[in-house]
Amino acid sequence: MGYSANFRIWRGDAGEGELVNYTVAVNEGEVVLDVLHRVQAEQANDLAIRWNCKAGKCGSCSAEVNGKPRLMCMTRMNTFEEEETITVTPIRAFPVIRDLVTDVSFNYEKAREVPSFTPPENLKPGEYRMEQIDVERSQEFRKCIECFLCTNTCHVVRDHDENKPVFAGPRVLMRAAELDMHPLDTLDRKQLAQEDLGLGYCNITKCCSEVCPEHIKITDNALIPMKERVADQKYDPLRWLGSKIRVRSHDE
Amino acid sequence: MEQIERYKFDVVVIGAGGAGLRAAIEAREKGKTVAVLSKSLFGKAHTVMAEGGIAASMGNVNDKDNWMVHFGDTMRGGKFLNQFRMAELHAKEAPDRVWELESWGALFDRTKDGKISQRNFGGHEYPRLAHVGDRTGLEMIRTLQQRIVALQQIDKKASGSYEESLRIFAECSVTKIFMTDEGENSRVAGVLAYWRPSGKFVLFESSAVILATGGIGKSYKVTSNSWEYTGDGHAMALECGGNLMNMEFLQFHPTGMVWPLSVKGILVTESVRGDGGVLTNSEGRRFMFDYIPEVFKSKYATTEEEADRWYTDPDNNLRPPELLPRDEVARAINTEVKAGRGSPHGGVFLDVSKRLPADVIKAKLPSMWHQFKELADVDITLEPMEVGPTCHYVMGGVEVDADTQAAIGARGLFAAGEVGGGLHGSNRLGGNSLSDLLVFGRRAGMYSADFVDTVEAPTVSDADLQEAIDWALAPFTNEDGESPYGIQADLQDMMNALVGIIRTESEIVEALAKIEEFKVRMANMKVMGGRGYNPGWHLALDLPKQLLVSQCVALSALTRQESRGGHTREDFPGMDPEWRKFNLILRAEGQNVEIFKQSLPMMTPELAALFDEGELSKYMTEEELSSLAQGTS
Amino acid sequence: MSSSLDTPSAAPIPTKAKIGVRTLRTDRWWLMPAVTVAVLLSFIAYSTWRAFENAYYFSEPLISPFYSPCLATSCVEGSSQWMPIGSWWILSPALLILAFPLGFRLTCYYYRKAYFRSFWMSPPACGVSEPHTKYTGESRFPLILNNSHRYFFYAGLVFNVLLTYDAIIAFRNAEGAWGHMSIGTLVLLLNATFLWLYSLSCHSCRHAMGGRLKHFSKHPVRYKGWTFVSKLNPYHPRFAWISLIGVALADLYVRQVASGAITNFYFF
Ligand SMILES: Cc1cc2nc3c(=O)[nH]c(=O)nc-3n(C[C@H](O)[C@H](O)[C@H](O)COP(=O)(O)OP(=O)(O)OC[C@H]3O[C@@H](n4cnc5c(N)ncnc54)[C@H](O)[C@@H]3O)c2cc1C
Ligand code: SF4
Ligand code: SF4
Ligand code: FES
Ligand code: FES
Repeated sequence: MGYSANFRIWRGDAGEGELVNYTVAVNEGEVVLDVLHRVQAEQANDLAIRWNCKAGKCGSCSAEVNGKPRLMCMTRMNTFEEEETITVTPIRAFPVIRDLVTDVSFNYEKAREVPSFTPPENLKPGEYRMEQIDVERSQEFRKCIECFLCTNTCHVVRDHDENKPVFAGPRVLMRAAELDMHPLDTLDRKQLAQEDLGLGYCNITKCCSEVCPEHIKITDNALIPMKERVADQKYDPLRWLGSKIRVRSHDE
Repeated sequence: MEQIERYKFDVVVIGAGGAGLRAAIEAREKGKTVAVLSKSLFGKAHTVMAEGGIAASMGNVNDKDNWMVHFGDTMRGGKFLNQFRMAELHAKEAPDRVWELESWGALFDRTKDGKISQRNFGGHEYPRLAHVGDRTGLEMIRTLQQRIVALQQIDKKASGSYEESLRIFAECSVTKIFMTDEGENSRVAGVLAYWRPSGKFVLFESSAVILATGGIGKSYKVTSNSWEYTGDGHAMALECGGNLMNMEFLQFHPTGMVWPLSVKGILVTESVRGDGGVLTNSEGRRFMFDYIPEVFKSKYATTEEEADRWYTDPDNNLRPPELLPRDEVARAINTEVKAGRGSPHGGVFLDVSKRLPADVIKAKLPSMWHQFKELADVDITLEPMEVGPTCHYVMGGVEVDADTQAAIGARGLFAAGEVGGGLHGSNRLGGNSLSDLLVFGRRAGMYSADFVDTVEAPTVSDADLQEAIDWALAPFTNEDGESPYGIQADLQDMMNALVGIIRTESEIVEALAKIEEFKVRMANMKVMGGRGYNPGWHLALDLPKQLLVSQCVALSALTRQESRGGHTREDFPGMDPEWRKFNLILRAEGQNVEIFKQSLPMMTPELAALFDEGELSKYMTEEELSSLAQGTS
Repeated sequence: MSSSLDTPSAAPIPTKAKIGVRTLRTDRWWLMPAVTVAVLLSFIAYSTWRAFENAYYFSEPLISPFYSPCLATSCVEGSSQWMPIGSWWILSPALLILAFPLGFRLTCYYYRKAYFRSFWMSPPACGVSEPHTKYTGESRFPLILNNSHRYFFYAGLVFNVLLTYDAIIAFRNAEGAWGHMSIGTLVLLLNATFLWLYSLSCHSCRHAMGGRLKHFSKHPVRYKGWTFVSKLNPYHPRFAWISLIGVALADLYVRQVASGAITNFYFF
């Protein structure tokens, strides 16, 4: 391989900026992040990029490549035509700090609103017993590398800053689902998900699932099941009645 | 002087990896106010990349396992150069630390009876690694992160503020640790950091500083480590009066990716071998059978048949030599490649595809499957991987007190995790790092809190502060210097070539000379752009630390005239019991680094009794053996 | 902890990057929503016409799925055994029952995705901004009604049973004798099969089967059920389309037979 590629990279800070053109060498097997590092080393020393592992494990290098939310370290150059101009911008739902680096503190603040894991009080460390089949659902969600691409792509906040106070984004909603399905957790987070985290704002259009680099089925396995659980509690008179007269098992 | 942000905390933790977070949790639980500083975002530290698992002798899969066996394995793996007391504490406390994670919400893979499942790993006698697929580090850091959030929620309930006693300062890099000017009684006074986003400085005044900054692998070109691993903690400890020990011992992990070039060095987890993967050369031979060293002869299978039986019947068969400690496997691969029996891209083959069904591979090694598929177009359920050694871990580190993790030579400074030295001796066993972080992170948190109670809150003098700020801003004022990127690349090439996996005197001497040249080049580095999120500037601040640490590695490598664990000298190929008696200690003297030998403490007779004499005699001198014998009788 | 903040915060003033264009995607992201609109509109047009046509829905032994069960007295003779609605209903009997499948599909999690993306364009595709200035999703009336999906799911099951019954009675000939099979039988059978697959792969079904449990290990049978539904569930969108088009084609076939345009071919 080995060729010169045309890149357009968004450069700027505090919102103001523009797409700047760079022509840069590309070698066989490289990913977008490698090429941006070359730009950084040779042409723009101060090009701001976040990255750590370069293997899709840390979720630092989120950006948008040709308009698609991606991890730069997992976007291979051979998925583009050699003559194609590749446009790289910061993720768009969050405030930009500089160039490709954004302020993702929204996600950390929202995460703090989910009450933490609460095991039964009398259970001592070392005495936990859980079946593999009971932990698997939550384990899928714990694969999350917190790249925040899902929340970035979710139109509820991407297109509507005004929804940020009322909607926590798929990453954090998934955390609520994770704990709700944890076999030893004792709290109920359905009300919280619906009232405080804004589950109702999700219209299950699945963009979060589409962009998740860990291929977590966020919508199918976390959000929809959570909506169903909320419906059990809030929108299902039969189940509501059942829970009042205690005909349902405690397991639900 | 520019107006800067100032904070006072009881304890400042530098580093938000496993060690740092565990330390912060402990210090907060002991009622101290704690700040955690890190170069990258919360939850992105190196620990997140760990794959295989956490070593702890819970005995869930094989109930013969216990702390004594784990202790023995650790000592053996480290070729008996380990600080025995640390190895003892580590083996004893690891299970509790893992169970504790579970009570904070971690979801490990399970055994049939609902306990934490444990897997085999190189050098561990029994299945010992608690794991979650091949993303254990992610589980660990997320759990600790969520534990911190849990504590913050408790604080919020009590005081109205999440950050009342525990605050995370992400993307806030430390450049300097300040000491008080109390002469002999000098102690830690605080740290200077800068916000990466804005480039603005922040001063933290605190009685105790815990280093949890991880390793130094970015000094090498082929490495599994990220940009963060520039040895900041090592360098800052030296600069403020602490000692480093045994910096010659670097772990080259036997299996890093070798192709494509841009991912060369990225780790292929040892679990691939633990779960059945085998190493072959271009002739198709399982060459590891040819490399079982004398000291391990009785512990490893000598035929393929026996090795294969071990996976299903470990009690009656010896384990395959693919699971020898990492240093042995890395050297073997190196030798095979040099002998012309390597794979097309200069590695050897690692194959699970012929050993396990595709769905099992995908279930047990999901991120490896993913990694090869997406980065190398290789489907590991169908084809072998190509792998070769990659710089992975530094066994050496800040010299600390085994029980308290207090740094020797700098009061108020503590070190835990990869930045600390001693536990792993000359070679670390896989899985022993994550447990190290938990055991000694907690201890550092606990004893730093105790230390805070014994002293007054210190202040940092304006002069010291100004000097540190001026130093950090210097790269902006240099008129016509070099860009830091080129210097770093050259340094990495140099270290890879001259102080790499196999070393000889002439090359190390050459490296030391080159290091002097690098010092000159670095003295007038120039960066472009402003202070807001400027990676060029960030690198310029890391580089001198990286160079200092590289110098320590080279100096120690030159001094130790034997081959042991992560230090292999072509000109001194054997292990020498005389050298086992010493640690190499480095200390800063003005602008220079001094190195000296320090005797290893003698293992207690109770611990020595855990090994049979025949084994000890392979490592120890006659004198040592006889003094041990007297001790026990 | 004490602090004196000379500089207020770490990060500069938070503003999103001003990029201007609605999307930088270079692929044909508009294709999917466009196709969805086209197919759904065609279906709506066809089904509305057929519902009001009020004819050609029965030809012994075939009944169109649009008109089954035929509940009004006005149903053509033979198409129904019981007519609970009585004679006051003077419109097409299809309208009585179409409300249920319509509600089922309107509240279906998959169709919601499909129409929110294509008709409502929120969002039209991932990374393409939506044209609305305000958005509250399913957090209030009327879209909050989508939470009633499970009831339509249960109703859907009743319909599946009836349509299966229709397929079974189609193993007769035009004279009502059993043991025969025609293309019409096959059409109704396939129709019923895909409707079952569509229902069984439904998210509410998955939830009811076992999704709502905290401990699968304590309910082995429900876990099996959940695992089975979970295997079907990823194909739910596919079944949604196939069964939708299937219903229309089945109706069309019955119409053609009933109107005499074609004759129902009997295998035996
Ligand atoms: C790919 C890979 C796989 C591994 N797999 C395993 C495994 O399976 N089992 C195992 O036991 N070990 C494994 N290891 C080793 C283990 O992950 C590391 O040794 C361990 O995570 C180090 O943890 P730590 O807490 O010491 O530091 P880290 O997790 O590396 O954290 C260092 C922290 O210090 C911060 N820091 C550094 N310098 C500064 C500064 N100047 N200012 C502010 N903050 C600073 C960083 O930002 C970071 O937050 C693996 C390592 C790698 C690279
Ligand atoms: S499925 Fe819901 S959470 Fe996910 S992107 Fe769509 S609206 Fe957002
Ligand atoms: S769920 Fe997926 S997309 Fe969202 S933050 Fe986690 S890894 Fe990223
Ligand atoms: S750098 Fe870690 S995910 Fe890309
Ligand atoms: S029918 Fe589609 S989800 Fe229920």
